[in-house]
Amino acid sequence: METKSFDKYGDHLRRNDGFCEEIVRRSGDDFRRCYQCQCCGSGCPVSEAMKYRPNGVIRLVQLGFGREALESPDIWLCMGCNTCSTECPMAIDIAAVMSALRETAIEKGVRIAEPGILNFHQEVLNSINRYGRTHKLEIMMRHKLRQHELFSDIDIGLKLLARRKLDLRPSKILNISQVQKLFSGLTGEKE
Amino acid sequence: MNNAAAVQISYFPGCSLATTARENNQSLIEVCKYMGYRLAELKDWNCCGSSSAHGIRPELGFNLACRNLSLAPEGIPLLVACPSCILHLRQAQSRLKRDETARKDYESCWGRPVDLSLKILHFFELMDGIDCLPNTTLNGLKFAPYYGCMLARPPELRHEKNYHGLMEKLLSCYGASSVRWSYSSRCCGTFLSAAKPEVAGPMVNRIVQNAVDSGAECIVTACAMCHLNIEIRCTLKRVVPIFHFSELLSIAFKTGTNKDWFARHLIDPAPLLKSRGLTGFHSII
Repeated sequence: METKSFDKYGDHLRRNDGFCEEIVRRSGDDFRRCYQCQCCGSGCPVSEAMKYRPNGVIRLVQLGFGREALESPDIWLCMGCNTCSTECPMAIDIAAVMSALRETAIEKGVRIAEPGILNFHQEVLNSINRYGRTHKLEIMMRHKLRQHELFSDIDIGLKLLARRKLDLRPSKILNISQVQKLFSGLTGEKE
Repeated sequence: MNNAAAVQISYFPGCSLATTARENNQSLIEVCKYMGYRLAELKDWNCCGSSSAHGIRPELGFNLACRNLSLAPEGIPLLVACPSCILHLRQAQSRLKRDETARKDYESCWGRPVDLSLKILHFFELMDGIDCLPNTTLNGLKFAPYYGCMLARPPELRHEKNYHGLMEKLLSCYGASSVRWSYSSRCCGTFLSAAKPEVAGPMVNRIVQNAVDSGAECIVTACAMCHLNIEIRCTLKRVVPIFHFSELLSIAFKTGTNKDWFARHLIDPAPLLKSRGLTGFHSII
């Protein structure tokens, strides 16, 4: 019993020493200068729904708790609104750190805490890949289908259609192959 | 103002204004025309990458933004209507300025040198310098100026001018009056409105509730996404209409004639416009 609980916590406490450096490199911002003033956590409009809040996520990464950071819902709830960076006295690009964490989470195949949000982003990317622009109606239909929630928000959808706010057909670009090349990374995208 | 020879500028509307927020697009084009600007839409522009590409595949987001920059004609500024698009385009330009490898990749990919002098303008910057001739067209309309997160920027762009107060200044000049409230720069929830409504809903309700409590008759926003999110996610009993900044400017300049912009709103602004005597220019109401 004791061994089991030790394993459990042992795994959680095992620090990954290269992790912080990897996220610093990927985000392009050396957030090791964060001193936990918590301004970002106080200002963040979604911090109530988060587990650690932005400053907490940064702390986890600084200490090398990669799994905890990557599997937190916080990195998916972050909307990239930059409120945190505006408040940060050290001018850390916290939204970029969150992007780097999301990218890493996908790459490492860890458990995604908010699969619905990831799915939404993927549907948006699929739409850009198909049309060069986003087609909201299709994104929402596919997203709801994948989430098995086809009938939630149907009232809003109908209202939007009635007000001609949702276009049935996508707005497309002509040179779609150029955009598709960007997706397949043929034009110098470095991952 | 409208007598001056038209100045041509290129224009990036973005996906929202091209589709769901067409009323924003049309009123913005009308306002610009009145101000003496002829907008030439960027040929074959693509999505700027939105929060999704920039949020999970930043390199792809950067490249999508770069394609748009590569389409911009040289020597004339590029007007961007959406606060989120402009941030992505400016961030891409800022990276091209400092990152030589990215510049070389750009040149080999798009077959033209990076135009580092390209001026990327937000709608606010066009409106900032205008000669405002005080009048009372807006008849004392009480509004809550809502900027959302449009004034927040990543640190690399923090030295750029901030236009906080511009909506208050301009609309007040035309006879409207702004209320003081606490949520003017609170984020609307962006994509969480679609991907996680149970989180975005309460955020929107708090914003609208505070506007109502502050005595505002309407909310004014310069972001099409804020507009949509508030309209679809607000579940309060007492709500106020939400206008695009460009729609109110259009009323102020009396350029809106026989337009169906307001019929595209989910929260009907017609009763308010009628009560303030602002229906004269819009025969639809």
